[in-house]
Amino acid sequence: MNAHHSISRRAALTGGLATGFLLAFHLPLRAAVNEPVQPEDKTDGKFAPNAFIRIDPEGATTLVMPQVEMGQGIYTAISMILAEELDADWSKLQLLHAPANEKLYGNPIFIIQATGGSTSVRAFWKPLREAGASARAMLVQAAAAQWGVDPASCTTSKGEVTHKASGRTVSYGALAAAAAGQTPPKAPTLKDPKDFVYIGQPFKRLDTPDKVNGKAVYGIDAIVPDMKFATLAQCPVFGGKVGKVDDRAAKKIPGVRKIVVLDDLVAVVGDHMWAAKKGLDALDIEWNEGPNAKINSKAIWDDLRAASAKDGVVAKSTGDIAKGLASGEKFEASFELPFLAHATMEPLNATVHCKPDSCEIWTGTQIMARVQSEAAKAAGLPVEKVIVNNHLLGGGFGRKLEPDMVVAAVRIAKQVDGPVKVVWTREEDIQHDVYRPVYRDTIAASLSGGKIVGWKYKITGAAIIARWLPPAFQKGIDIDAIDSATDVPYEIPNVHVEYVRAEPPAIPTGFWRGVGPNNNVFAVECFIDELARKAGKDPVEFRRGMLANQPRFLSVLNLAAEKANWGQPLPARVGRGVCLQPSFGTFIATVVEAEVDEQGEINLRRATSVVDTGIAVNPDTIVAQVEGGLIFGLTAALYGEITIEKGRVQQSNFNDYRMLRINQTPKIEVHVVKSGEAPGGIGETGTTAGPPALRNAIYAATGVALRRLPIDRKLLAAGRKA
Amino acid sequence: MHMATTLTINGETKSFDAPPEMPLLWVLRDILGMTGTKFGCGIAQCGACTVHVDGKAVRSCVLPVSAVENRAITTIEAVGNTPSGAKVQKAWLEAEVIQCGYCQSGQIMSAAALLASTPKPDDSDIDAAMAGNICRCGTYVRIREAIKQAANGRQS
Repeated sequence: MNAHHSISRRAALTGGLATGFLLAFHLPLRAAVNEPVQPEDKTDGKFAPNAFIRIDPEGATTLVMPQVEMGQGIYTAISMILAEELDADWSKLQLLHAPANEKLYGNPIFIIQATGGSTSVRAFWKPLREAGASARAMLVQAAAAQWGVDPASCTTSKGEVTHKASGRTVSYGALAAAAAGQTPPKAPTLKDPKDFVYIGQPFKRLDTPDKVNGKAVYGIDAIVPDMKFATLAQCPVFGGKVGKVDDRAAKKIPGVRKIVVLDDLVAVVGDHMWAAKKGLDALDIEWNEGPNAKINSKAIWDDLRAASAKDGVVAKSTGDIAKGLASGEKFEASFELPFLAHATMEPLNATVHCKPDSCEIWTGTQIMARVQSEAAKAAGLPVEKVIVNNHLLGGGFGRKLEPDMVVAAVRIAKQVDGPVKVVWTREEDIQHDVYRPVYRDTIAASLSGGKIVGWKYKITGAAIIARWLPPAFQKGIDIDAIDSATDVPYEIPNVHVEYVRAEPPAIPTGFWRGVGPNNNVFAVECFIDELARKAGKDPVEFRRGMLANQPRFLSVLNLAAEKANWGQPLPARVGRGVCLQPSFGTFIATVVEAEVDEQGEINLRRATSVVDTGIAVNPDTIVAQVEGGLIFGLTAALYGEITIEKGRVQQSNFNDYRMLRINQTPKIEVHVVKSGEAPGGIGETGTTAGPPALRNAIYAATGVALRRLPIDRKLLAAGRKA
Repeated sequence: MHMATTLTINGETKSFDAPPEMPLLWVLRDILGMTGTKFGCGIAQCGACTVHVDGKAVRSCVLPVSAVENRAITTIEAVGNTPSGAKVQKAWLEAEVIQCGYCQSGQIMSAAALLASTPKPDDSDIDAAMAGNICRCGTYVRIREAIKQAANGRQS
């Protein structure tokens, strides 16, 4: 595991040192190239039995990554799965970012080439295992044919085939040419999980060594010879247009080369970002704000509440809801969640070189093929004339499931001779995001004999799926918006779930880490706690009582309660809150312990999660994803809200769109349960778990049942009535 | 045009033309092609752009180049040549701190400066030195752990 690994495409192709990186540090910019032109995935002379595996005669094994690396550790997990079934030599692996190719690298869950929704391992588990096993079988067939023995008498390990009876061993590299001529098996035999040697071990990540020394190349780091730098201003009002631009002062700024004025944005091109930024600041831009200049948060919430009073499309109905609600004591509540920006640490960017007959793009995206096709439209070129060079992503969180930043950069680049790197300022990044939509979830439930007998739940919010993946939007139901609302783990005899589509005016909305389950798990788990209190039961005990037929949920809940010292005494105004969720194919229980001070400020003391995610491909990455996911969710619960006034986003940077910091971070323990079930998704589970667990901890500490995020401290100050 | 500016970066002398008020961040990234130092916010709120000036952690996005002539500048590309930087890099990999990694250049620079001045930091020292560095992936728990590992000299 200590051998040299490189994710540089150049390194992968030359099988050697990442010379491209070194050049960038010691030569002046004009000669520096941080990222080579995307080479073709050349398979000549290699054993390349499928889209994912290339073995050259020296044994170097290149694995093509169908999912993008944005911090979730997927390059390592994909490599582990492929290498496991291939029995590859881990020290000889080299990784290659996949090119845009929906057919070869499409995500089997989405069909399109996308990384998101905590689907990577779930979607690629079987195809990657089969790809590895099939390649292994062909290598074995080649060796067996050479030796004139039965393939079944050969074994494989670490990139070699062995025939034990005759004591012969041959490397995969030496077999590359012969294996290429073999017929792939129709149904390759997969390993019995008990024989896994890589999967399930805590492997060191392949992408991290270059991230401690500045060598890792993100989209924003791409350096193309002779490129210029640009930054942009879009109309601050959504949908507004450019009116007049006075560029006299900007043109006098040293280093400013060009002012690009398009119908909805203005960009300044310069010798470096500083010149571009100074130039942009010096522009006098008059915007035609258009009809959206009157939009504000209050009106958006009024509209959402009105929409939420209507009947929705039925997403699920079991039992008899009218009877269920009538047969016990009835309680109602509504929960509201705000717009959120993604704020990836790497601000939006794309480097583009538009020529009359081609366009080349350097960026980091979660949607390779869609970026290519949208860029082609913007460039006015056939799709095959657009090359997209993908990079490591400095965070994705769903923001880079959208192509808008690349489209804008292409439109700017069309006005520029030579390549141009377009970088969003943080302010522009936050004010022109594609926001997590506002949601309002209403619940009516009835309690009888300490149990829930009726559960009527309605989600009201935008249908992101209708825009992003239209074929999946069926019968008026957004499958993302209802995710985790229709599969609540608790045994409830009468359940009715509805969805009301309500699109906020003009504000673009999209996926945000945790997606649909964020809103539903919050509403469900908060209300379950309220019902537990009405029933006079402890929140964990109350949940347990409804999980008799849910052994995986029950087991994570019990272990989380034990590890978090559930039930043991706490000081005044300190509470523990629990959250149990079915999202992303993973069973996870979380307990947050928090203190609420006299002013209502919150001190996060401790978070404990127990995760049953089926077979844990790389257990340490699973722990890391839950730790980070919790922080992401807790950040949103404590601070996250984008508000709109006069058609504009009011927040602009980390001073007013705050993030949790290290000094506020609780102790976090994550326990991964051993399981032989198929793997679940993990990247978003912690994000979904954090807010309801914290809210329930606050409920326990203060008696205040918060029903809206972010947490309003004013409601929590000591002496306020619960 | 501009006066030529000369800086000492990672022990090497670099001369270039830039306006005196231009932040060091953009000189590093856009003129010298040293892209290990990252742009995150531009207003010294996130720490992604942290470098060392005479061994102290500073935010290069708000630091005019004119203020750092004749000072020793160290960036992520060379921090591994310092004892504290090498310890931090090693601990970061051992604790598998990193996720997306975009903020980690800045985190490592802040942590290396902390260890250089405070070889055995306690939790409050870590809070004070690291609270200016945002990590959106939420690696804070492991950052704290890795700083303690580095301080406990597993390196030697």
